[in-house]
Amino acid sequence: MKYALYTGCVAKGAGRELLAGTYAACSRLGIDLVEMTDAACCGAGVISEDNHFVADALNARTYSLAEQMGLPIMNICTTCQGVHRKCQINLANNPAHMAEVNKVLKEETGREYKGTVKIRHFYEVLLEEYGLEKLKSKIVKPLTGMKVAAFYGCYAMRPHEYSDLANPDDPDELEKIITALGATPVRYDERLKCCGFPILMMNKSDSLQLSANALTGAKKAGADLMVTPCPLCHLNMDAYQPEIEGRMDEKLRMPVLHIPQLVALALGATPAEIRLQTHIVRPKKELV
Amino acid sequence: MSTVTFRIFRFDPERDATGRYQDYQLALEPGITLLNCLNKIKWEQDATLTFRMSCGSAICGSCAMRVNGHSLLACKTQASPLVKDGVIQIDPLGNANIIRDLAVDLEPFWASIRKVKPWLMPDSADNPEKERLQTPEQYLKIDNSTTCIMCAACWSDCNALEVNKKFVGPAALAKAQRFIHDTRDAKRVERLEEISEANGVWNCTHCGECSTRCPTEAKPLGRIEEIREAAMAAGVHDNNGARHVLGFRETVGKRGLLDENYVPVRSVGFFNIPALLDLLPVGIRMFIRRKNPPVIPHSIEKVEEVRKIFSRFEELRKE
Ligand code: SF4
Ligand code: SF4
Ligand code: FES
Repeated sequence: MKYALYTGCVAKGAGRELLAGTYAACSRLGIDLVEMTDAACCGAGVISEDNHFVADALNARTYSLAEQMGLPIMNICTTCQGVHRKCQINLANNPAHMAEVNKVLKEETGREYKGTVKIRHFYEVLLEEYGLEKLKSKIVKPLTGMKVAAFYGCYAMRPHEYSDLANPDDPDELEKIITALGATPVRYDERLKCCGFPILMMNKSDSLQLSANALTGAKKAGADLMVTPCPLCHLNMDAYQPEIEGRMDEKLRMPVLHIPQLVALALGATPAEIRLQTHIVRPKKELV
Repeated sequence: MSTVTFRIFRFDPERDATGRYQDYQLALEPGITLLNCLNKIKWEQDATLTFRMSCGSAICGSCAMRVNGHSLLACKTQASPLVKDGVIQIDPLGNANIIRDLAVDLEPFWASIRKVKPWLMPDSADNPEKERLQTPEQYLKIDNSTTCIMCAACWSDCNALEVNKKFVGPAALAKAQRFIHDTRDAKRVERLEEISEANGVWNCTHCGECSTRCPTEAKPLGRIEEIREAAMAAGVHDNNGARHVLGFRETVGKRGLLDENYVPVRSVGFFNIPALLDLLPVGIRMFIRRKNPPVIPHSIEKVEEVRKIFSRFEELRKE
């Protein structure tokens, strides 16, 4: 199995442990990754608010790169995945728009998006293509006894027409992976809510309150740690956890791992290899 | 016909201190709507059960309620697909005070709608003999938002409202789009400036709940994106939300990737000392853990291609 790895910006910046976790997991699973070092930012739903045409042109350029490589794209960020799926679906459903985007792309870069590339998040690759049985056969350190709360991230689920989840109102994809790794999934109401990251710079108080709700929900449900497929959710809930704790009476101390990191742990990666030491809230030693 | 348990939230302020759930059993006729089930329960089992309804055909917007945790129109939805382990759980709309059972106080919702001045403000100097006309293309831009039936399903499930009742909310934003994009309105820029203020359009977290719950084509998140795009194009930039977008435009347009060190500073404003100081602790914390974005921002390989795409649109913007 071979994928064009779309890293997105965060895995190259404030979330390099996500990239480390991805390589640690994929090398052990036998998934070959070719990093798309020439792909641009997906726009994160922000560039499109400046000009949706620029965002679509940028993304169509990325897809044309993957088509040239002859590989499907693997995302490791659900925001990238959501933005990409929305762009891809809108282009596919609107031939006039696709033609216009391609015209700009051709004139400015000499490229063309043919509309053939398949785009999947790491966790979807595991579930749909790799298969949980095969994943289980590669586990060397089952995460037995670990209680894990999944936090999905909005872009994985909503709006529904852009979601690849089987049941975006009550998904269980991440819980299935957690179970396969030997850990126990913990259900809590906030697992499908927003972490607040997109308004961190506009209304920090609202933003951190949303993360606080999620962290508290997971804690009350008895989770040892949280896991998310979105590095932006991770940033709000991990990097800002001291501020979040400052707003409340209790200490949360809730580690928030990236899903490839959790998979890598079960496959035998060391905490150092997946850069767990860079997390603001580190998991307890006896846990990992 | 299978018998289903309707687990319905009950609250009578004169009798109950808090809400409780009451179970009703009902045999589901094939194809029956949720609203018809509730009517049957009310008529045949418990006349005290209170909920709102009127048109029965997805027009009046009064029968919105939360079912299994998500809002929908009872009259537009069939009951049987909602059954989960033999139960349909029904709650009143969220983000609202409950008056009785499934009826909530919608006054804050209506206040938010009034806030965006939902009426046309044409240029008074331009006094046409007949009505002010629009082309079909012009109308298409507001077609979706005009379908809103004010059901408040979006309001109920909005993540941003959950933590801040001052946020204007999705329905009002969809309504605002309808007037901002109406070619007969003369107050476009003023409207954009007002809606860009605190607790306005930039306070939406982009969670997508509103569009997912909306039973019509109003789909607020899409309208919010259109308002933001219009505000950026109109040069309404003096707020953190717009500066955040400018930070994206500047860094992605230059390097192909986001400069995560630059964007926060750009968003709050280069000379906003208190806000910059507020960013410091997290910056230091991340630096110590080596979680900070690289100090020298990186670029993609063929960055020229991205720059060309951006400059093409810069030219269009100037025209
Ligand atoms: S997308 Fe924005 S307005 Fe819509 S529900 Fe989410 S936060 Fe509220
Ligand atoms: S935007 Fe949609 S969900 Fe919101 S009030 Fe209007 S019709 Fe209802
Ligand atoms: S009763 Fe009017 S919309 Fe449902």
